[in-house]
Amino acid sequence: MTDQSQPSTTRRGFLKAGLATGGAIAAGGAAQAAQEPDPLITEIQPWAQGLGDGVDATPYGLPIEYESDVIRRNVEWLTADTISSINFTPIHALDGTITPQGCAFERHHSGAIELRKEDYRLMINGLVDRPLIFTYADLERFPRENRVYFCECAANSGMEWAGAQLNGAQFTHGMIHNMEYSGVPLRTLLEEAGVKPEGKWVYVEGADASSNGRSIPLEKAMDDVLVAFKANGEALRKEHGYPVRLVVPGWEGNMWVKWLRRVEVTTQAIESREETSKYTDTLADGTSRKWTWVMDAKSVITSPSPQSPVTHGPGPLVITGLAWSGRGAITRVDVSIDGGKTWQIARLAQEGQDKALSRFYLDINWDGSEMFLQSRAIDSTGYVQPTKTQLREVRGLNSIYHNNGIQTWWVNANGEAENVEIS
Amino acid sequence: MSKFRDLVIGTALVSTLAAAPALAQQFGLGRAALPEEIAAWDMDVAPDGTGLPAGSGSVEDGEMLFSENCAVCHGEFAEGVDNWPKLAGGDGTLDHDDPLKTVGSYWPYLSTVWDYVHRSMPFGGAQSLSTDEVYAITAYILYSNYLVDDDFVLSNENFLDVEMPNAGGFIVDDRDQSEAHFWTAEPCMENCKDTVEITMRAAVLDVTPEEVSEAEATAKAELKAAAEKQQTAPIAMPDPALVAAGERVFRQCSSCHQIGEGAVHRVGPQLNGVVGRQVGQAEGFNYSPGVKKAAEEGMIWDHATLDAYLESPRAVIPKGRMSFQGLRSEEDREAVIAYLRNYN
Repeated sequence: MTDQSQPSTTRRGFLKAGLATGGAIAAGGAAQAAQEPDPLITEIQPWAQGLGDGVDATPYGLPIEYESDVIRRNVEWLTADTISSINFTPIHALDGTITPQGCAFERHHSGAIELRKEDYRLMINGLVDRPLIFTYADLERFPRENRVYFCECAANSGMEWAGAQLNGAQFTHGMIHNMEYSGVPLRTLLEEAGVKPEGKWVYVEGADASSNGRSIPLEKAMDDVLVAFKANGEALRKEHGYPVRLVVPGWEGNMWVKWLRRVEVTTQAIESREETSKYTDTLADGTSRKWTWVMDAKSVITSPSPQSPVTHGPGPLVITGLAWSGRGAITRVDVSIDGGKTWQIARLAQEGQDKALSRFYLDINWDGSEMFLQSRAIDSTGYVQPTKTQLREVRGLNSIYHNNGIQTWWVNANGEAENVEIS
Repeated sequence: MSKFRDLVIGTALVSTLAAAPALAQQFGLGRAALPEEIAAWDMDVAPDGTGLPAGSGSVEDGEMLFSENCAVCHGEFAEGVDNWPKLAGGDGTLDHDDPLKTVGSYWPYLSTVWDYVHRSMPFGGAQSLSTDEVYAITAYILYSNYLVDDDFVLSNENFLDVEMPNAGGFIVDDRDQSEAHFWTAEPCMENCKDTVEITMRAAVLDVTPEEVSEAEATAKAELKAAAEKQQTAPIAMPDPALVAAGERVFRQCSSCHQIGEGAVHRVGPQLNGVVGRQVGQAEGFNYSPGVKKAAEEGMIWDHATLDAYLESPRAVIPKGRMSFQGLRSEEDREAVIAYLRNYN
């Protein structure tokens, strides 16, 4: 582990090595002269002399082994087993806004099934003029759209309602991904079937054993909902609903039904298990909110964070994170390094997109003293991300879902970060 | 149509016109759904009983069915096993620190219970219950919550008469009003507070999962190699490391099965000597008709059969009583087989 020329394959090894180096640089202050020539430069390295892999060495490429720690992770104690469970996107290690499918969080209710395109059928029934069956090939013949949207589980940050619990942005905020979807507007398919005037809702369900049925108001179904079959340019992954999933922009991930098999036009909400016993938010007085579909504006600093500490000592430091809102676009993100005493406007990597992740940066010259890092998102409706205290004042501690409170990372003088709550 | 739309955009009429039925383009794609197909898939049941098929089931029948199909996860009295959902209890706890949300204490509609049991339960054997069995299990869940008496029979006739205690406990999302103050004109940027004190630390609580260390990764690779060896040379004694891994996986089985010295039958038979022998041979155990039939057909618990059975019990013995959902991980199955073989 001390031999720095050996690449470490575990994150802990990397962090230890990095922190050790960082400490040494920190002691010297600003950029310093090299003490002796760097053998990586003065000696001919094997990769500069021999040959690398030929084409087709990996017909479908995977990340290089040195990135093997950038993976989804599960919190075992959360659920009874991994079949009906969730894992977390390694947002602490990603940049930009598009989440690679291979590390985008998974949430299954009865496991990720394998459904061939040839075996795929989509039924539109209920209050329609013509109940219809579409094959996958049929779906490919409708006019298609490409849209980037975030998908956030309503339970993202749910473990943090009662206080700081999990030490890492992956675990506190990783039930989210952001992909470019290609698909057919649900509106197009509903119009093909002809919605009857008395239809007010659609009930959507998947082909897996859980079926994960949800009721969606017809107005939303006819607005921006997509029946998607590609994500980030390629087929959906099995764990994300191959071959077809529903995309319900800005609304909680549970409604993004995977392996979509049926859309029924109804007069009323079905009040399925997933919209009564789950995905309802219990307030302090014991009453519960239902139909809390839209995801409130939210943000998190992804680096520095507990899994992504500062390893380089004082000096230039990139503070970066993600912001999003289910109500529209992110218009501004503020960052505080002193626990919310003062705030600075962060730089958005690009103009906020509707119901999609925004990447923000605050480039600072770190003086090496401890920081309490916070970020605060503002969206196009004027909604300002609240503090956890503000949220708890309205909702109490038992909501489980929709925790969009401001996150605090305590970064100490060594650059290590921890999930804390502050006054 | 687009011309017409252009004409009115920007006028006050837009919103009214947009609400009128759209003159949608038809592509003529897809085909008509047949009534049989709709009947097969359209099984959702709404709170007003829409979609509920005719049938009935008693608490008495439900108790037996629940024990056979549900208790492995939800407990004999619907009290829940380990982290699996508790279906009973929690009455009056919704405003407590740690509310217990069950069918009795939380679920607003009985239709939801019926619908979910019917379409998605038991876990790993969805849609294997008949209509009357679903009524019976639903009746038993009501009984376990003290909502009906032990002689109660639930049917499509009296379904809507059952009152769910928390039916009035829900409000429609009101964030736009109750949280209107989150839409603040201009958030504070300077001198927003005087002091910042840490009130809670995640590191003190220490519940964050550890990543896999190099030693663990190496150990896992060695186990995988041992499992591969077991597949190709099943006569050899099982690898001790694989047996140890199997012992851990077997904890999932141990609520129903015992193995080793002094093992006795419980919900399932004791498993000493099971590997390699004919199915259904543990003396004194009352096997299900499904297992008896497999035994008559001469099924042997060899490596391949055990592996398939452990992956999906109902796929191998459809009418069996083992309501375990199966081990998805091949590594886990290999480990358990090694563990079982150790007791031959």
